[in-house]
Amino acid sequence: MDPTLSLLLNGVVSGLLLGGLYAAAASGLAISFGMLDIVNIAHPALMVAAGMSVVLLGTALGLDPLLVAVLQAPAFFLLGTLLYRAYHHFFERRGDEALQGLAFFFGVMFIVEVGLVLLLGPEQRFLDPDYAFVTWRLGEVDVPLRMLAPALLALAAIAALWVFLRRSFTGLAIAAVAQDPEALRLMAVDPVRIKRIAFGLSIALASIAGGALVVVQPIEPASHQVFIGRVFAICIMGGMASLPGCVLAAFLFGVVENVTASFYGPSWSPAVAFGWLLLVLAFRPQGLFGRLA
Amino acid sequence: MSATALPAPAAPARPRHLSYWLGAALLAAALLVALRLIGNEYGWYAGYFVLQYVVLAAAWNILGGYAGYVNFGAAGFMATGTYTAVVLYEALGLGVIPGILGAAVTAGLLGLGTGYLTLRLRGVYFSIATLCLAVVLQTLVVNWDYVGGSRGAYVIRPMTMPGFVSYGEYIFAVMLALAVIAVGIGRTVELSRLGRGLQAIRDNERAAEAVGVPTLRLKLIATTLSGALMGVAGAPLPFYAGYVNPDGAFNLAYAVNTIAMPLIGGAGTWLGPVIGAVLLATLQQAATVTISSALNLWIVGWMLVLFVALAPRGILGWFRKR
Repeated sequence: MDPTLSLLLNGVVSGLLLGGLYAAAASGLAISFGMLDIVNIAHPALMVAAGMSVVLLGTALGLDPLLVAVLQAPAFFLLGTLLYRAYHHFFERRGDEALQGLAFFFGVMFIVEVGLVLLLGPEQRFLDPDYAFVTWRLGEVDVPLRMLAPALLALAAIAALWVFLRRSFTGLAIAAVAQDPEALRLMAVDPVRIKRIAFGLSIALASIAGGALVVVQPIEPASHQVFIGRVFAICIMGGMASLPGCVLAAFLFGVVENVTASFYGPSWSPAVAFGWLLLVLAFRPQGLFGRLA
Repeated sequence: MSATALPAPAAPARPRHLSYWLGAALLAAALLVALRLIGNEYGWYAGYFVLQYVVLAAAWNILGGYAGYVNFGAAGFMATGTYTAVVLYEALGLGVIPGILGAAVTAGLLGLGTGYLTLRLRGVYFSIATLCLAVVLQTLVVNWDYVGGSRGAYVIRPMTMPGFVSYGEYIFAVMLALAVIAVGIGRTVELSRLGRGLQAIRDNERAAEAVGVPTLRLKLIATTLSGALMGVAGAPLPFYAGYVNPDGAFNLAYAVNTIAMPLIGGAGTWLGPVIGAVLLATLQQAATVTISSALNLWIVGWMLVLFVALAPRGILGWFRKR
């Protein structure tokens, strides 16, 4: 096969796999930012914190990083509900979301990053399971399990979440709270409680995404910075509150970024994320697949 | 700082611009004389450190404090100024003053461009874009060999400056002038029609638009002004340090301090950022001697979170009624 074509094909496939990881990172944001209108810029930082905890726990217990990520998800759910409690008490209730609420999450992001540096040092950490060194070859295309396993876990988690949002009462209430919290109150459902659960779920997803991230690449406390542009670009492209849109946008984004990296070098990938974000904001703020809000 | 420097109550008869400029010039002159009497190079260093934050905080306040639009990309704007000065030095051998003017132009244009692309939407999109801006600009600079890439760039600073004890004192005096100008611009904005328009946008953008405030134009003016001043704050850095690299120019400390200082001092008033910057920067300068810089920044992060949660109007808010 023509080497350029082969490079392109491999770039697309590993881009799709990368997209699985991005979907995990962005779907949590689709809940908090998209559905609840909480601009949680600390989301990627919490994802990296979850990744660090996966490395520590996985090394200590000798467990698979993806398994640890799932096992620790309830703890992150709890952390999310606590974070929302603080956010609601100090900002949402007062109507101070815009300036002070945003500064709050910026502070949280900063505290998490610098806290990780203080606790573990600024160096890279990794935890490679055995399958991380296996690569399936399908003709010309390489499928590294290092990329495939996290992508599959991420998609499974998002699918489970989607079923939950569609089928359960709480899930439907989460979708409803985004649209009309007062109506929810009339049906004897506490909108604040529903939002707390939803925010907890979004942080639990950050835990899964953190585990997936550890398998894909070594992480350091500052790793979250490049993810901010990516996850917000994906979330907005996907139409904010839509999980399927988010996954599609993540795949598309992974492919574009990876093909760019294959042809122009990986150091440009943050610029791709930012360029996309600006283009989306300037021309399609309602998302690639969305209607005008 | 005396009690007379407190901002005038709402709707003053006349904004007393002359008394601000005279008072600030006197204060600056007194500071210069005092530091020269002390005659220690460290005094100018610490003063420069504090004053650059006064400029940054005042610049952030123009958009963040008055209009309520949060700019997370202070480090990016500041580094734009820093690297503009580096490029002007490398290409034309220009010194610090032309570097500052150039920095104002490039960083102002950067602010205008970012604002133009994102300000027509909700404010959070602007914030998110500025948050990513610093990361991307850092990528650009790291990949740009002309300014040294990740190795950094050297600027050979003159040993002496006529009229000044040392070049360190000269750079300190430049920063002092910039701080007076930046705070003065912030004060002028606050007392002008522009500031009233921005405050209307902060309180209710739709209502402001409906009564005829040209919201987009005012926001763009504020973003440009604020970005330009942030760039100005960064321009003397290469001349001050003699060396600058991407890690230093895009330091996370700039981003967090620039937001923490106005919010802690009292955002939306011209004096608040000055109080916050002097307080926090002095504390950090004193603390770097004793504790690690990471712990130092961690404390700033906690202070930011605690202040926005418990004292949303900052230190000035304690002294003023709503």
